[in-house]
Amino acid sequence: MAFDKMELRDIEVWDGNFAAAQAMRQCQIDVVAAYPITPSTPIVEGYAKFLADGYVEGEFVMVESEHAAMSGCIGAAAAGGRVATATSSQGFALMVETLYQASGMRLPIVLNVVNRALAAPLNVNGDHSDMYLGRDSGWIQFDAYCPQDAYDLNFIAFRVAEDHDVRLPAMVHQDGFMTSHTAQGVHTMDDDTAYSFVGDFKPMNDMLDFEHPVTHGVQTEEDWHFEHKARQHNDLMTKVFPKIEAAFDDFEKLTGRRYNLVEKYDLDDADVAVVCMGTSVETAREVAKEMREKGIKAGVLGLRVIRPFPFFQIQEALKDVKAIAALDRSSPNGAPGMLFNELAGCLFNTDTKAMLSGYVYGLGGRDLTKKHLTDLYTELQANVDAGKITTPLQQFIGVRGPKLAFL
Amino acid sequence: MSEMKKIKNLKEFSTSADRFEGANLLCPGCAHSIIVREVLNATNDDLVLSASTGCLEVCTAVYPYTSWDASWIHIGFENGSTAVAGAEAMYNALKRKGRLKQPDRNPKFVSFAGDGASYDIGFQWISGCMERGHNIMHVVLDNEVYANTGGQRSSSTPIGSSSTTAPAGRVSYGEKKNKKDMVAIMASHGIPYSAQVAPNKWKDMVKKIQHGMAVDGPVFINAVSPCTTEWKFDPKDTMMLTDLATDSLVFPLYEIIDGHELNITYRPKNVVPVEEYLAAQGRFKHLFKDEYKYLIKEWQERVDANWAYLNRREEARV
Repeated sequence: MAFDKMELRDIEVWDGNFAAAQAMRQCQIDVVAAYPITPSTPIVEGYAKFLADGYVEGEFVMVESEHAAMSGCIGAAAAGGRVATATSSQGFALMVETLYQASGMRLPIVLNVVNRALAAPLNVNGDHSDMYLGRDSGWIQFDAYCPQDAYDLNFIAFRVAEDHDVRLPAMVHQDGFMTSHTAQGVHTMDDDTAYSFVGDFKPMNDMLDFEHPVTHGVQTEEDWHFEHKARQHNDLMTKVFPKIEAAFDDFEKLTGRRYNLVEKYDLDDADVAVVCMGTSVETAREVAKEMREKGIKAGVLGLRVIRPFPFFQIQEALKDVKAIAALDRSSPNGAPGMLFNELAGCLFNTDTKAMLSGYVYGLGGRDLTKKHLTDLYTELQANVDAGKITTPLQQFIGVRGPKLAFL
Repeated sequence: MSEMKKIKNLKEFSTSADRFEGANLLCPGCAHSIIVREVLNATNDDLVLSASTGCLEVCTAVYPYTSWDASWIHIGFENGSTAVAGAEAMYNALKRKGRLKQPDRNPKFVSFAGDGASYDIGFQWISGCMERGHNIMHVVLDNEVYANTGGQRSSSTPIGSSSTTAPAGRVSYGEKKNKKDMVAIMASHGIPYSAQVAPNKWKDMVKKIQHGMAVDGPVFINAVSPCTTEWKFDPKDTMMLTDLATDSLVFPLYEIIDGHELNITYRPKNVVPVEEYLAAQGRFKHLFKDEYKYLIKEWQERVDANWAYLNRREEARV
């Protein structure tokens, strides 16, 4: 069965889901095993239509659950080929067992995660609860802020994950609805250029090499388990960043589009900074610009890579900032937010005297408005002016009823 | 084309080069290894195998050792079937794309799982694989209990047996529920082949495995696997127990082709009373108390009814 190439315009109007589906098509994936769930469903539907129209040569297996989707992906990846899928929220939660198995077995699967809240109460809209749930699973996690990023980061994810020095699965996150269903102009690559960036899949320890049978997924107890986990962590900490940076460099040469481990906006002389992820980064940049017009030296730090956590890059980016806000879009449920904690861990042993406060926002798709961010920057500036934190350490933005604040 | 072994006698069969090593950690007298060897020895073709979490898995792939001289994968408890289904999908993709390293091979995709991993926790995954028509074979090593974790009841555990989560006690005779009819459920998917096998009837088993490997589409095999530890019999008596299982018709041997054509493949010359099968195992010991003897009678009636049902289906070709 031959497959056809697709003619694309230089700029297409795509939402994040379709951008991801197009990237998957252009990477010529061998096996996609998937299960639909809002808001990632259109990725799977888009891919199915490409198959039906003869633009895909690989196998497409519509399984009976997300757990089976990742299980099929693991079997396919161990067999030796390029593998990807997509999911959100509850589906992601159902996959969690297999996420650890995929990374522990060092299988380079790419998972598009369209971020959505976790029930209960049931909610289909975007927040980062599912993304946070995956943060200890041993996967590389890329974060897209817009459909263009969702498209580009898929290629980078395959390139890094499949590198034989890495061999770890990678997630590409995008915000449910805000990115996944919002159409924007997306600069495209033609099919040949796009494929050339990821290149042919190079199998390793593949079950389908019958001259070299392999055993995947063994048992290790107290005698070896720790060594396996430590090595996986070691590779995440030491081997992945250079590969991601090389991929970012090559991608810039190919397309002119530049990605960084952390995306800095007006941080060079900033007094106050917001650190956030997803679509909020773009909103924060716009507000930071407006704050500058009002005389507040505001900046934004967006995380492009969440795992491995860009510890030193964040230290460097925030070293001269006086007041920092960590924006967590997931309920911490009894603790400071994950981003707050990670930033505190980053900055603690440095010379910075920066004040760090945390904000929980946007749960279940609640809007983060420019007004919210203007108020937030104003609070940070007040901290700078007072020389101490003037608010509680943990505040909730945009929640109904009396203002919620803790710590 | 698929390459099937010609096996003349048991001696040849037992010494045939196999891809499952004797070096494993299974209990002495465990039927699992016998069944696995019989399945693998049915073909000379390349194999892609999986094991779901369970006795077979934890006893054959403890790092840095492996008992498998064939490609093998274990993911979790519930998804061994989907693991080989994924591998089979990859095989199809690479074949189409001309990227197979050994394109002249004709590999077989086989998943092994216990009854817990098949009847219970892996039920949905197996059903999905059967429905989607993957060219795979799922073999249940049916010892009617969660043996790996110390003998908890599964939905394959038969009425009256004592397990650690449905124990016989002062006011209980143990398991109260009838065993799930997995072969019928799987056949209802309309799959090309499903069968019940037993390791003592190795010719019947090899014939069925070879039939299953020759058909195009999913195959379900339920293999009775007497468990010396949880059924509580002497390890040397495994084959004797298996003989009692098949000859009492507690485990009738039959096949269902295309979901409807049922053939009984073994008719014992002398049918053994179910009581003898029960009496040979410690897990049914309490049934021989006076107050529970009615259960033995009911057991016999159930087995008789099932045998009559299978015969009626065979006659009617439905």
